[in-house]
Amino acid sequence: MQRTVVATIPVDYLTKKGRGRLATPQMPSFKIAIIGAGPAGISAAARAAERDRAAGLQHPSYVLLEGFSAHAKTIQRYQKGKHVMAEPGFLDLRSDVDFQAGPRERVLSMWGDGLEDLSVNVRFTSEVRQIRGNRGAFTLQLGNGEDVVAEHVVLAIGLEGNPRKLGVAGEDLERVQYQLDDPREFRDETILIVGAGDSAIENALALAEQNDVWILNRGKEFSRAKDANLNAIVAAITDPRSRLNCHYETSIRGVTLNSTPGSPALSVVLQTAMGEQSVQCDRIIARLGAIPPRKFVESIGIKFPNERSDAIPELTRHYESNVPGVYVIGSLAGYPLIKQAMNQGHDVVEFIHGNDIKPADHPLLEYQFHGLPFERSADEMLERFQTLIPMFRELNALAFREIIIESDIIAAYQPGAEYDDAQRKMVLLEKCLQQRKPSPRITRIVREGEVIYEPGEFGTSFFTIVDGEVTLESAAPQNIRTQLGRGEFFGEMSLLSGRPRIDRAIAGPGCILVETPRRTMLKLMNSNEEVRGGIDWIFIVRELQRHFAPFAPLKELRTVASRVKLHQFKAGDVIFREGETGESLYVLRSGGVTLSRKQGGANLVVSQLRAGQLIGEMSLMGDPVRRETAAATVAAEVIEIKRREFVELTRRTDARLEPLQQDVSRRAVDNARMQVRPETGSMMNFLMNEGLGEATNVLVIDESLCVGCDNCEKACAETHGGVSSLDREAGATYANVHIPVACRHCEQPHCMKDCPPNAIRRSENGEVYINDSCIGCGNCQANCPYDVIRMVYEAPKKPGLWSWLLFATGGGPGEQVGYAPEPAAKAKGKKAVKCDACAGVDGGPACVRTCPTGAAIRIGPDQFVDLVEERKR
Amino acid sequence: MIHRGLLRYQGARYLWWALGVIAASVAVYLSQDSATQPPNGGTWQGYVLGTLGALLVAWLGLLAIRKRSYRSTAGTVQGWTSAHVYLGSALLIVATLHCGVQFGWNIHTFAYALMCIVIFSGFFGLYSYVRHPQLIASNREGGARSELFAELFELDQQTRVLAQRCAAGVAIAVGSSIERTTIGGGVSSQLFGNDRSFFIRGDGATSAVARNTDQQPVIDFVAARLPRAEKGAEAANLQQLIVFLCRRQTVLRRIRRDIRLRAWLKIWLYFHIPMTAALVIALVLHIVVTFMYW
Repeated sequence: MQRTVVATIPVDYLTKKGRGRLATPQMPSFKIAIIGAGPAGISAAARAAERDRAAGLQHPSYVLLEGFSAHAKTIQRYQKGKHVMAEPGFLDLRSDVDFQAGPRERVLSMWGDGLEDLSVNVRFTSEVRQIRGNRGAFTLQLGNGEDVVAEHVVLAIGLEGNPRKLGVAGEDLERVQYQLDDPREFRDETILIVGAGDSAIENALALAEQNDVWILNRGKEFSRAKDANLNAIVAAITDPRSRLNCHYETSIRGVTLNSTPGSPALSVVLQTAMGEQSVQCDRIIARLGAIPPRKFVESIGIKFPNERSDAIPELTRHYESNVPGVYVIGSLAGYPLIKQAMNQGHDVVEFIHGNDIKPADHPLLEYQFHGLPFERSADEMLERFQTLIPMFRELNALAFREIIIESDIIAAYQPGAEYDDAQRKMVLLEKCLQQRKPSPRITRIVREGEVIYEPGEFGTSFFTIVDGEVTLESAAPQNIRTQLGRGEFFGEMSLLSGRPRIDRAIAGPGCILVETPRRTMLKLMNSNEEVRGGIDWIFIVRELQRHFAPFAPLKELRTVASRVKLHQFKAGDVIFREGETGESLYVLRSGGVTLSRKQGGANLVVSQLRAGQLIGEMSLMGDPVRRETAAATVAAEVIEIKRREFVELTRRTDARLEPLQQDVSRRAVDNARMQVRPETGSMMNFLMNEGLGEATNVLVIDESLCVGCDNCEKACAETHGGVSSLDREAGATYANVHIPVACRHCEQPHCMKDCPPNAIRRSENGEVYINDSCIGCGNCQANCPYDVIRMVYEAPKKPGLWSWLLFATGGGPGEQVGYAPEPAAKAKGKKAVKCDACAGVDGGPACVRTCPTGAAIRIGPDQFVDLVEERKR
Repeated sequence: MIHRGLLRYQGARYLWWALGVIAASVAVYLSQDSATQPPNGGTWQGYVLGTLGALLVAWLGLLAIRKRSYRSTAGTVQGWTSAHVYLGSALLIVATLHCGVQFGWNIHTFAYALMCIVIFSGFFGLYSYVRHPQLIASNREGGARSELFAELFELDQQTRVLAQRCAAGVAIAVGSSIERTTIGGGVSSQLFGNDRSFFIRGDGATSAVARNTDQQPVIDFVAARLPRAEKGAEAANLQQLIVFLCRRQTVLRRIRRDIRLRAWLKIWLYFHIPMTAALVIALVLHIVVTFMYW
């Protein structure tokens, strides 16, 4: 399904010959060059075309350049019929090209029609290799050596990058491909697959069903592949019946077309460990990954704030980068959703033409500010907010605007008339917005003195105080109250460590808060060193205060905080070793750490520590020699506190020294007890390997009680639309403890990392769930290390229990194996499904409540030790 | 201790309930004046005990519904099951006291007999629920049944490939032993682990189908071939073949044992449930008949 688009090519372009290096009058020259024909680029080009038409121009003032042979490359590569979503629902589309949620084909043809109807000046297979020059005179060098001149450049190239090519002669031949749409297209061919990653393996396995496939691996093994793929490919290579074979330590030296009729189309020279070798094949499919676009973007001169892979270039409110005249929009600018990208495409062209229009999301800001006690325009308010918060002052306006749009604004009013008035105003607004589904965010009105969060709640947001006061009350037994004022922030503890809140926050007089969701905040911290530094710093100060000197004022802690160090460890890294002399202790900020002791050549796990706990404190209190080796179980961040700082912190008369010392004594005994019972240690090891080190709520089955009735799975399906997110039988077992394949509700959920519509949320009680805005992209499934997320169609409705019991209609309770989805469900596409720990189901997790024998329980980190103790008996 | 079996649910709360029911029933029973007539179902005490028994049967049967009412917040299924076990046991005494140990060839005793069958099959079920999961888990050593099968298929393949490289007689014997290995089967095969495996003894000119129970005959057959190996390479192959066959034997034993244990874990329900249905019908008839002769 591909449309040919009639390109209107400028006359001067047709006369051009040769490869000029400098801009000469013969070169095609435009006001705007848009690079990348994805949603952002299409929308930008459409706007430019529309403007040209309105101005009655003969020749297009713009060009849309695309390296691929069709528009919307990423979506072209989706599987057939995949549903494309139009999130966020409350944002209006502002584009000259249509877009609605629907199957891939319809979306692609919508855009294809748009390009055609507007006679958009698009050039396919025109990869831009290099951009030189300044605003007003950029020269874009294309893949075929041609140059294009433009006054402005709009980069809408997305994040996917172009596939890495073979890098040898013949790499561009027709039968040398860099992607595979449908493996069933080919039959009885000899195909060479180049690469050793997951996509190479998946392609090879699929093609080997009806073709002779050779996979060429430059290395000696498939070390980059996922376990499942690794096992599958090794099995296929060793299986004499399979049509798949492998050349290890082999790469391609050159490819030529075969002229002899009747023989395979390609002649390939291989470089093997034994020397060069010539082979013939019908087709080469190279899956060598993509060249990340960042290099190309940097070559233009655009700066990224840091080296992180997900960093976003800094942009002005008009999407202009630090290189004047070069604009960045779409996912490369940090906006991964189609609708946002299309809106930006429209707006950026208006901006370039000097029309400073308000962005499409402007009304959203107005709704958010509606309940505030000021009469100002949204833009003024935004500016004022930014000046009031020191940490955000240096942020660029665009980034700040985005943060506010994604945040909730909370305003506190005095109970009584004032509060009632504000509440009434919001109810009116809500009524106006009723038709919009989902409804946009509006100001949240609270009473002064109202609790914003309680200790023990799983917070996933971060609060910034714009005005007024907030009181933080630490939990018993200390009950210390801290007043926070304008520009200060709180809630960083849960944000960074994934732990539940440990204090109570109360709205003070006249307080106005910005509540920013975790994902937005993490994105911001990744792209802005200042924000990251500020939050890191306050986190350290508050941790020091909590552990050592609860009554010390922040000012006093400030100097100590500036001297302690923050370290990051990968899973498996050692923090300190048994036998070393320790001069510091550590506060575990996020992740998990195991302590182990050597005994008879084996490493015995004696303790498992979680975010918020101290590590190695014994070295500073009593025993200077480390008696355990501390290693990170999952990625961990620790704060190192040296002896000098420790002494300084605990010198105060009201320091928390005594409880600290009691902890030391207790832990020394606990660790020794674990050491003398090695079986508990290996149990602990098993639990950690199963991810319990980062779990907050995990299903544990006692095999000695489980009768295998699968009532847990059935209950899961029956309470969740006929789809079970629990696989009882799968999963690991050790000494009767079985950890089935079911969500662990991780402290820092891996699945949340990369969800484009931000559909994965954590409730206050800690359940991690997926809401209705899931677009079915599958990122969460790929990111989950425990394979607990499934991509499924909605299950059809079943007859009720009684009709099954009495008349045997339907398949009975539980998920119907291989159910056929209804057409409506199929049209919606597959969605991610995972355990939500039955949030919202009365009585709690159905799997546990319906286990007849008591074999299934759900436990949190506090009970893991009990689990080990139980095994001991 | 986190996990708690169904007998110890809430500190065996329903054991005390059951004992209470029994004590109350005994008290009612003893209050009968045996001077006028022996204790029986026709006295007011007999009617009280009968009503109690019938209500208990009805409630015990409701477990089937509660177990599948996945949204219900009326207790937990474990609690219901625990109560089902204890109160079901108490029913035996309640019903016996109700009839005053008077039996005959009639519908009433028939209902009583069905009830006993249901309760004793329940006892057996309870025994297997308590005992078998442990046995199943230790038999599988942490793996799932599917993993055992995966290992078996892998072994089958390796064994076959290796056997091809041995003398024709060995290849036929081993190949046929793999093809004619049987696992599971009908109810009795599953419950008693019957092994109807065969293999073809391909020694020389004659070939005969022989029993291959527990895979031992084929192992012996290959081992017998070893002293007559013609070349060093053949001996090495045969040695390895014996290793594979022994491992296959072990895996097959585990699979059979797993099937057998799980069959016992499930079989009683196929008895308990239909008998319960029969009991309910007989009980209704018993009540109707009682009132017809009133």
